[in-house]
Amino acid sequence: MSQANVSVEPNAKALLKANKAKKRKQFFRALFSRKIVLVSAIIVMIIILVAVFAYQIMPFDPNKPAVRDRNQGPSATHLLGTDEFGRDVLSRIIIGSRVSLIVGVLAVIIACVIGTTLGMIAGYFGGFVDDVISRVAEAVRVIPQVVLAIALCAVFGGGILNMSIILGISNMTVYIRMMRSQVLSIKERDYIMAGRLQGNSSARLMLRHILPNSISPIIVTMTQQIGGTILSEAGLSFLGLGISTPTASWGTLVSGGRAYLLTNPVYSLAPGVCIALLVICLNSLGDGVRDALDPRLRGEL
Amino acid sequence: MARYILQHLSQTLLVLLIVSFLTYLLVDFLPGDPIAAMTGGEISGETYERLYYELNMDKPVLVRYFLWLKGALTGDLGMSQSYHRRVADIIAERVPVTIYLSLLAFVISVPLGIIFGIISAVKRGSAADTTVTLTANVCCCLPQFWLGILFMYVFAMKLGWLPSSGFVWPHENLGLSIKQTIMPLLCLAIGGIASITRQTRSSMLEVIRQDYIRTARSKGLKNKKVIYIHALKNALLPVITLMGLRLGGLVGGSVFVENVFVIPGMGSLLVNAITSVDIPLIQGCVLLIAVFSSVVNLITDIVYVYVDPRIKVA
Amino acid sequence: MANKHLLEIKNLVTTFRSDGKEFNAIEGVNMHVDRGEIVGIVGESGSGKSVTMLSSLQLIASPGRVAGGEVYLEGVKDNLLSFESDSEQMRQIRGGRISMIFQEPMTSLNPVLTVGYQIQENILLHKNVTPEEAKKRTIEAMKMVNIPDAETRYDYYPQQFSGGMRQRIMIAMAMAPGPDILIADEATTALDVTTQAQLLEMIRDIAKKTNTAVIMVTHNLGLVARYAERIYVMYGGHIMETSDCKQIFHNTKHPYTRALLRAIPRLDDPKDRVLIPIDGLPPVPSQRPAYCPFYARCEYRCDACKDNTDYSLRLVDDNHWSSCILTQEQLDQKAEELLHKDYGASPVRKQSSKYCLKVSDVRKYFPVYKGLLRKKVGEVKAIEDITFDLKQGETLGVVGESGCGKTTLARCIMRMYEPDEGKIIFGGKDIAHLKDKDLKPVRPKISMIFQDPFSSLDPRQSAESIVGESLLIHHLAANRAEYEQKVDELFRKVGMDPAMKDRVAHEFSGGQRQRIGIARALSSNPDLIICDEPISALDVSIQAQIINLLENIQAEMGISYIFIAHDLAVVKHISDRILVMYLGRVMEIATCDELYEHPLHPYTQALLSAIPVADPVVEEQREAVPIQGEVPSILKRPSGCPFHNRCPRATERCKQETPQLRTIEGEHQVACHLL
Repeated sequence: MSQANVSVEPNAKALLKANKAKKRKQFFRALFSRKIVLVSAIIVMIIILVAVFAYQIMPFDPNKPAVRDRNQGPSATHLLGTDEFGRDVLSRIIIGSRVSLIVGVLAVIIACVIGTTLGMIAGYFGGFVDDVISRVAEAVRVIPQVVLAIALCAVFGGGILNMSIILGISNMTVYIRMMRSQVLSIKERDYIMAGRLQGNSSARLMLRHILPNSISPIIVTMTQQIGGTILSEAGLSFLGLGISTPTASWGTLVSGGRAYLLTNPVYSLAPGVCIALLVICLNSLGDGVRDALDPRLRGEL
Repeated sequence: MARYILQHLSQTLLVLLIVSFLTYLLVDFLPGDPIAAMTGGEISGETYERLYYELNMDKPVLVRYFLWLKGALTGDLGMSQSYHRRVADIIAERVPVTIYLSLLAFVISVPLGIIFGIISAVKRGSAADTTVTLTANVCCCLPQFWLGILFMYVFAMKLGWLPSSGFVWPHENLGLSIKQTIMPLLCLAIGGIASITRQTRSSMLEVIRQDYIRTARSKGLKNKKVIYIHALKNALLPVITLMGLRLGGLVGGSVFVENVFVIPGMGSLLVNAITSVDIPLIQGCVLLIAVFSSVVNLITDIVYVYVDPRIKVA
Repeated sequence: MANKHLLEIKNLVTTFRSDGKEFNAIEGVNMHVDRGEIVGIVGESGSGKSVTMLSSLQLIASPGRVAGGEVYLEGVKDNLLSFESDSEQMRQIRGGRISMIFQEPMTSLNPVLTVGYQIQENILLHKNVTPEEAKKRTIEAMKMVNIPDAETRYDYYPQQFSGGMRQRIMIAMAMAPGPDILIADEATTALDVTTQAQLLEMIRDIAKKTNTAVIMVTHNLGLVARYAERIYVMYGGHIMETSDCKQIFHNTKHPYTRALLRAIPRLDDPKDRVLIPIDGLPPVPSQRPAYCPFYARCEYRCDACKDNTDYSLRLVDDNHWSSCILTQEQLDQKAEELLHKDYGASPVRKQSSKYCLKVSDVRKYFPVYKGLLRKKVGEVKAIEDITFDLKQGETLGVVGESGCGKTTLARCIMRMYEPDEGKIIFGGKDIAHLKDKDLKPVRPKISMIFQDPFSSLDPRQSAESIVGESLLIHHLAANRAEYEQKVDELFRKVGMDPAMKDRVAHEFSGGQRQRIGIARALSSNPDLIICDEPISALDVSIQAQIINLLENIQAEMGISYIFIAHDLAVVKHISDRILVMYLGRVMEIATCDELYEHPLHPYTQALLSAIPVADPVVEEQREAVPIQGEVPSILKRPSGCPFHNRCPRATERCKQETPQLRTIEGEHQVACHLL
């Protein structure tokens, strides 16, 4: 009798596949339904392509000094002029995109991996472990992020990898807090209790049941944080604490150009425009991903 | 009430204790020999030995920490290696400048941010909303240091309206002080206005969806009354948290502005301390900034008791 | 036009927009309300009953939109829908002449404004009085709904009240300006049954005194049977049938209403009553057919139904309208056929005399910590002195209101918690204090079915891995083929097609999810299944399917059930014996019929009396047992008998001494000093 009401299409597997494809299509349609998100995505794609094919695109060797061409304004040969060593600013901006993107992505991944792990442990086990992790995270959070990153620069020094680690550590607490509260709420759901009743071990519960269910807000946060991280990297490099010469980074370029504002303002201002553009596009793309994944969150920060 | 404050105070103290320990540990994480790093490595054996004992390097790290903490509590943060002065004195000179600028920026950004946020939430979907939201989203992403340089280029170099850098107190030279403060203040405030606008807007939109707003509308209240009496009070609560965070973060955020406009505040001091590996100075700066933002957090918590009736009950 | 009725809704259509498509949530609803009468609107979720009410007040929020129809109110010349939503006229009517109470008392009051302000606001808005006068009336209104210390509580915030108290405040607020119509939209659904009964009695009394019409919107047929005078039955955005209360229940015309009445268990059912479930699911509004929305599930359907797109209400009897196109003869003939249709008898269950579970003197307290150093400042006495037993193949129903400790008890038996004291003998072994390691062999033998089918299935896992997980963990399948075969068998056992096993949880409906939950519980071949409110989150028409499934499985496999629920009618239907709990203690244990016919404990009596029976004639004959106040918080449990402060017969002894469970006769046990 109860069987009668549940009928299924003969080709369930194919339907399932079609369903998944449809869902993906729906996600992208929702994502790009707003023009601004589409435009942002295109700009981000372009910047990524520029970074990947930097050596093929750039007109000059970014690191080769040319004493005769020092401090030139924009011209046909040097579209954005040259710096104090006669290096082509445009080429340096092009190669600098690599630093921004690599550090931005790497730092967020580091922050996410460490933070999520710690948050999961704190939320799942609770008690003393939770106290220690939460208190330390709270203490770290009290130090403003910029200050923390600056202080960590003293320990780790500059360079792309070190910058990623520094920014990763200083962004970590967000993930600890988020994951912890996620785990706390998911832990109370009935399916976790059902899992435990069936004899799942803690590790299996955490990895198979809790993690997959808490990951989507974490991913949304990651996409939204890449922009901020790039901004921090540029800031530290600007202060001379991050990426140091001769490696070109947008932050160091802004800093390097400010002595020559009167002769060639583009030298200092153009890399800043690049930072702003990339960060704006990444952020609106992140907002778009959030809205498409979970429409209920729309309008929130 | 007193209990609540006491509880939060003790929490703050615990957090500060951890912060101070972490700050102190920074030294141990420093690569290489800290004394060599501090002095540049070219010192005689006696100086090395003197510094070695002065910094208590012969004792275990916990003991050193407590000695340092004891000093810090009595206002002795040690001697700065690069300035050759007491760390506490240097900081005392620099702190007022940063606080002055931060508070000014805060006072400007809060009302503007809230007003813009309400306008854009109430007129959701209108041209005004789109403009405000778009501008706020863009302003959130502008690098502060670059903004500073842009202003400097436009207003100081091209137009010549404002001095490009420097800082004097209003009581020393009012006119110059105002002129010098405008650009740094703008740089500091723009991000704050943008983020408070965004938070106010989203929390308004969130509140408007709640059941009690439907109740209010079912009573026959005017839309305006529903928004300004029933929604706004609820919507501003999360904004208070953000305000606390902003104020706490402003002191740290002034690093860039102080660097660009050559302002002698905490931010530029910290950067100097890092570049010259002046350990006592680094520790002092970080600790002080942490204390400041914890105190702001504590104040935020206490403010909540007065504005959010839900806390009194819980 | 001249109004015959106080409120008249004509051809109301409301559309919702989703995925870029517009669909009708309600299509052409006609309804009227007369002065002073109590009208019930019943329907399952998604039937459009709340949408109708919100639309007529123009309170529908985006993406909804009132697309057509007319609403007339006595004394107002124009169609209400012709006014702007925020216009002066509409606002005067809203709250002033028609007030509304909503379902969620916890979120429907503004948390940052005092309740006094919120009530007073409504008076000032609609009555031309001074603020002092308004305050006076506010306090009067609060007294009217029996809020003690109204003067002091005027300045309280909503969070300082319990759910029942907040709903009283909502009622005070709605009634304060003296409206002509009060709409109660599932107003008591979220409350305990004893509180629900008190509030509805109160609404009825106030309404009758002030000659206010009440529109009761609910999914609960029992409530309308008890309180409503006239009833509208809604399904799929349409009114299916309407008449006065007795006609609906005793001269039922529409096949949907008939099916509903055959599907729900009643408190006064004989023990062997067979529930006849309604097959299938309610239609999704966006995919509703042009013909009768109930067609696909209707047992009376014929080809003519499918061709007919005009199923507006037609007069079928005195003052009795139905949307079904079948004539009375056709209906009678079909009914006659259905009478002979074999639905299967109620399954015969084998009950053994061996015990499956013996629980004695189980106690569980939760420590309360405070402050930074986590100092223990007290205890929540969740359950104490719990003693009962359960035979193999038997079903024990556990009933009680919020805070009674039924969930804690279940978790102690499952050993999610370790009880502080007492014995839990399961399968001949005391499992109360076993270590995790030693529990491993016991785990598969006790399963659980959860209340919320949406949170009890891992949203990221396929149905197959949910059902098969414990087969893997406990190595119950020797190889892949056996595993596949066992999973398929479990699917079939719960009436699901194994072809659907690759889907994830959200691709199933609530009823299907619950079936998967049952399959999971069965997968480890348990001796005992604890069912924690397994049907209360489901629609009325789905509940019977699950109840029957559980009964069949028990008959087939001889499993013992502990069936936890707050709905006594369902518990009575499925259980052999019932255990009544209140604030962590057992009040009474008896067999179903004994408990229903001779309840001994005053609490059981009050509880039984609070539960309405879906039959107005029976309701009229039932005697109301008075009960005072609401269930106190478990943190403030009274000393002595926990029920003494609400018991009409409490004595001094009840306040001092906690009564122990005593056997009165046979299997009837009760904890009361008065017997």
